[in-house]
Amino acid sequence: MRATLAFASLRRHPMRTLLAVLGLAIAAALLIDMVMLATGMRASFRSLLTSRGYELRVTPRGTLPFDTEATVGSAAALVSSLRAHPDIERVSPSLGSTVQVQRADRARSAFVLGTQPDVQGEYTVISGRAPLGNDSLLREVIVNAVFLSALDAKLGDTITMSTGRSAQLRIAGAPTRVAIVGEGRFLYVPPGLPALSAPLAAVQAFLGEAGRDRISLAMASVRADTSSATANAERTEAVRTWIEQSHARVTAISTETAIVQVEERLAYFRQLAFILGALSLVIGVLLVTTLVSLSVNERLGELAVLRAIGVPRSGVLQQIMLEGFMLGVAGIVLGLGLGLVTAQWLNAILRDFPGLPADLDFFVWSPEAAWKSLAMLLIASTVAGALPAWRASQMRVAQALREEAIG
Amino acid sequence: MSVTPLLEAYDVTRRYRTGENDVHALRGVSLTINRGEFVAIVGASGSGKSTLLHLLGAVDTPDSGRVVFEGRDISTLTDADATRLRLLRVGLVFQRFYLMPTLSAVENVSLPMAEAGLGKTERRARATALLSFVGLGERTSHRPTQLSGGEQQRVAVARALANQPALLLADEPTGELDAATGAALIALLQQLNADGLTCVLVTHDAALARSARRVITMRDGRIVSDEPSAEPVA
Repeated sequence: MRATLAFASLRRHPMRTLLAVLGLAIAAALLIDMVMLATGMRASFRSLLTSRGYELRVTPRGTLPFDTEATVGSAAALVSSLRAHPDIERVSPSLGSTVQVQRADRARSAFVLGTQPDVQGEYTVISGRAPLGNDSLLREVIVNAVFLSALDAKLGDTITMSTGRSAQLRIAGAPTRVAIVGEGRFLYVPPGLPALSAPLAAVQAFLGEAGRDRISLAMASVRADTSSATANAERTEAVRTWIEQSHARVTAISTETAIVQVEERLAYFRQLAFILGALSLVIGVLLVTTLVSLSVNERLGELAVLRAIGVPRSGVLQQIMLEGFMLGVAGIVLGLGLGLVTAQWLNAILRDFPGLPADLDFFVWSPEAAWKSLAMLLIASTVAGALPAWRASQMRVAQALREEAIG
Repeated sequence: MSVTPLLEAYDVTRRYRTGENDVHALRGVSLTINRGEFVAIVGASGSGKSTLLHLLGAVDTPDSGRVVFEGRDISTLTDADATRLRLLRVGLVFQRFYLMPTLSAVENVSLPMAEAGLGKTERRARATALLSFVGLGERTSHRPTQLSGGEQQRVAVARALANQPALLLADEPTGELDAATGAALIALLQQLNADGLTCVLVTHDAALARSARRVITMRDGRIVSDEPSAEPVA
């Protein structure tokens, strides 16, 4: 009966209730978006770095992976040295550069990535296959969807590739014809950038002096220490330290270090997200308190009569708090949908930021964090009704009836 | 008719503040109401009649003196006990009907029964029977806004009777009704009284008070007369 009464009192002013629910829904949507933003970037970045199973990234000294066009020479010796370390399981070297590609009358600059297909961690094959061959002859490439679209190409087509820095200046090396044998999703390539990959040796040879025995990055996978997570982290750190001490020309970055660095860079983002999230909670509480207070003040006489005919204080308290709870539930259900839609929309905008990997998400759905925050909002909206509910339950019945009779 | 006292008030006083004013609403009122009586309390506005009604119905407590209901001192009850007493033993009818606007007539009448813990089927059956008794058997599913003032007050009477109280208290029950509808309502109260229910009616209308068997007149917080009605009218 209390629920019926609470629902009935909300139904009495449908427009006011609707506006309150909408307000709560916006607060809930903002809260969930902020929680997704605050926790999502970290989760997404970690997932991106660990998705291919490499814990260490070895780059030219003082640089981040593909942050500059710097490369490391004597790459074969470096890779051999890494592979010889007993705690290193796998090493994936890669060399990136810009090339000119052409098919029929379409020409574009594209990002080429030389990798060793059997250990590469740069792309996943969507259709077709990875390019074969481990010699210096460039024959086959795998490309991304942007590449196919830019050159209006499809799997099986042949394209012309040449080295060079500027299509506008028409600086290009000797052209080579290569076949497109697969379409892949390039994990670390920014959206909108045409990319292709071929075996490392072939790309090194194709780039000539700029690529001879050089790599841009080597990713290393450390043998897992199954005794504990701490031991595993310590082993990774030990390998990282060994690499930097043994090879002065490189910097070794562990996934954890990279995440810490990213977190430091994104600290303002997260603080902003937390502040906005907290604000949305406060807005939700104020909204419910205001609405329920207004509603209680309007029907003091009615509530006094309820008390007079035998409804206990706890009954009035429960009924009014139920109103806050119902508003909260309705607002949260609506807000959840609204939050997910806006998160997707904002994520799409932020993913188009230049220079960021296409697979990096800003808003990541984390059920636990989302439910916790929504539960918090529900509790807050219920508790928000507590003050007006308590005031109503404590009213002096005779006095309220007297004032109603006068007023 | 039994002459057992149902309600007794002993030298009760009550004062309260309205704004800056200290109001002596009751200045030592004593009375006895027996089971089965139909009493009208009359007096000008501010004479203390509503305050007395609140004390008799355990809605309020006196500053001094005692109110005894069914042999039990109700002036010192805890809020929870007073609430339970009102729920089960006292029916209250107000000038402004105070029905829940979004509930149907039958749901409004069911409210006190739900509080008393009756099952849904039983309270619906009893509420429907009560609405039939007050002449609204065909309008059980109507909302208050779909009912006339007289019909709303009848729903309020049915609600007051929901838990089969020993006492019905009505505070200016015809105050918002026209003369004909008011008379019909009084006839309903008389019928309830004839069936054995003790009724206490507060009104400032001396003519309306004549419908009761006993009329208590109040002035300035005191009873100035307490006598049988000269000519009870239906």
